[in-house]
Amino acid sequence: MTDTLSIIIVEPDRDRALPIVDSLRAAGSFDIHVISDPTWLARQIEERRPDVVLIDLANPSRDILEELAVASGPLERPVAMFVDSSDEGLSAAAIEAGVSAYVVDGMQPSRVKPVLDAAIARFRMFQRMRTELAETKRALEERKVIDRAKGMIMKARGVDEGEAYVILRKAAMNQNKRVADVAAALVLSAGLLG
Amino acid sequence: MRQTQISVGFIPLVDAAPLVVAHEMGFAAEEGIALDLRRAPSWSSIRDMLSFGQVDAAHMLAPMPVATALGLGGGMTPVVAGSVLSVNGTVIGVNTQIAARLRSAGHNFAFDDAYSAGAALIAATPDGLRIGVPFPFSMQRALVEYWLGTIGHAVREKVTIHTVPPPLMVDAIEAGEIDAFCVGEPWGSMAVEKGVATLLLPGAAIWKFAPEKILAVRSTWAETESVLLGRLIRAVWRAGRWLAEPASQSLAAELLSRQRYLDLSPEIIERALTGRLVISSRGEERQVPQFLEFFDGVATFPWRSQGEWIGRHLAQQHQLDVTASATAGGAVFRTDLYRAALGRTSAILPVESSKPEGGMPEVSSVPGMTGHVSLKPDTFFDGTVFEPIQDNR
Repeated sequence: MTDTLSIIIVEPDRDRALPIVDSLRAAGSFDIHVISDPTWLARQIEERRPDVVLIDLANPSRDILEELAVASGPLERPVAMFVDSSDEGLSAAAIEAGVSAYVVDGMQPSRVKPVLDAAIARFRMFQRMRTELAETKRALEERKVIDRAKGMIMKARGVDEGEAYVILRKAAMNQNKRVADVAAALVLSAGLLG
Repeated sequence: MRQTQISVGFIPLVDAAPLVVAHEMGFAAEEGIALDLRRAPSWSSIRDMLSFGQVDAAHMLAPMPVATALGLGGGMTPVVAGSVLSVNGTVIGVNTQIAARLRSAGHNFAFDDAYSAGAALIAATPDGLRIGVPFPFSMQRALVEYWLGTIGHAVREKVTIHTVPPPLMVDAIEAGEIDAFCVGEPWGSMAVEKGVATLLLPGAAIWKFAPEKILAVRSTWAETESVLLGRLIRAVWRAGRWLAEPASQSLAAELLSRQRYLDLSPEIIERALTGRLVISSRGEERQVPQFLEFFDGVATFPWRSQGEWIGRHLAQQHQLDVTASATAGGAVFRTDLYRAALGRTSAILPVESSKPEGGMPEVSSVPGMTGHVSLKPDTFFDGTVFEPIQDNR
């Protein structure tokens, strides 16, 4: 994934879409695409795999986005929504509730940036949470493999746990590899040899 | 008496009738409430309006609150069904090319045999079939999955289901984005009227008594505003009773046709209310029993077993735990709220809160709290009976 956020704006009215694009461009460097024809909307969005989709709450095509959200998992693509009348408390509540939505007045360009900020902040938070979760999971997996490799070395060479780890680390340093990778290779080849 | 205002979101569909009638015919006023009916552009927006408190209650697809309870889709705030608003009322239609192929293959559009219609449809679409439904969590989608999945396990292999908002269904089939649809009225009839589709089946041919729309409220609101909710459930129940009178149909069609509701010709709307549908641009008509029910057969009773069926179906489609999901779905259908609201009216309520879904081939009489309750046929086209998980009264 690149660092530039890609944004799709679903807005049939060009006069409304352009100011939004302008205010986004002023706010930062984004890859912005406007969809004005809702025909094949799901396919158009799927092809571009945007980070953020902006759509007017009054647009009936919003239900199509719901399908995309189901298909890709709820945290995959935040959708910021625009509504004609609302207040700050409502927006805060929406975000507090964990909804990937920020609800503001109409499609006023001046309001788009904060909306997007919120959507992005949300997106990054989800991203961080997902990364953290993936990292934690991987660390746990690696520790399990290292423990198994240590056990094999202890058994084969008649050494204690501390020495087994020293042997493993030395092998890793010699081969210029991570301890976890050497451990995985050992466990794998032991499996092959039965 | 000063009236308390209750804001209610609705989608412009024929089955919003109980809400419109409760307001227009004074059933709400009789209960000392004033309904502020707010038309919503999409199901996701109606869900958000309800979640964020912009409305107190909403016309909602029966599977939506169940999906939220299962953590599927964008809903976050727990929502419950205080009452069922309508049973059935959906139609399946195909584009004119498929209709022509079906006719030349000898299909008679009898409109009552889901097996033969489904088999003929699969045979007529060797290159795949794209079906439009209004929402990922809708009875339309569930019925299509159940129907075609039962006939040939074909759903996964060659059938793809797409979300198309009802008002855009006619355009979508005309533009070739979809080959067929399952949608609530009046949108099937509108597609026939525009000459872009022929109706193949009513949803009732798949499941004779499918809960279609529910009266949705936030579960916290149901607790804090239980008195108001009781008034709302009673007003809507009386509106349903009025709608079930044949004499009411043309007036109901007139009310719904108004600009602030459906903004369509009353003639189109009346087809669903009378169950007499025009299925093709040739003008062929079909009379469908139980096409759309608002009252008869205790249509508005939120059977826990209906919620369980939905939960079970969603679990199968989304790889969730089936028993846990069915239980969670059943808990969304709040028979306790319904009973509390209607306990002291003339309504005769069933003793049980669950029933074997699909277990009633004929009109049947079951024990009521006072006397007996007459239930309508509720069978599935393949004869499967879904036993309730539990029967808590």
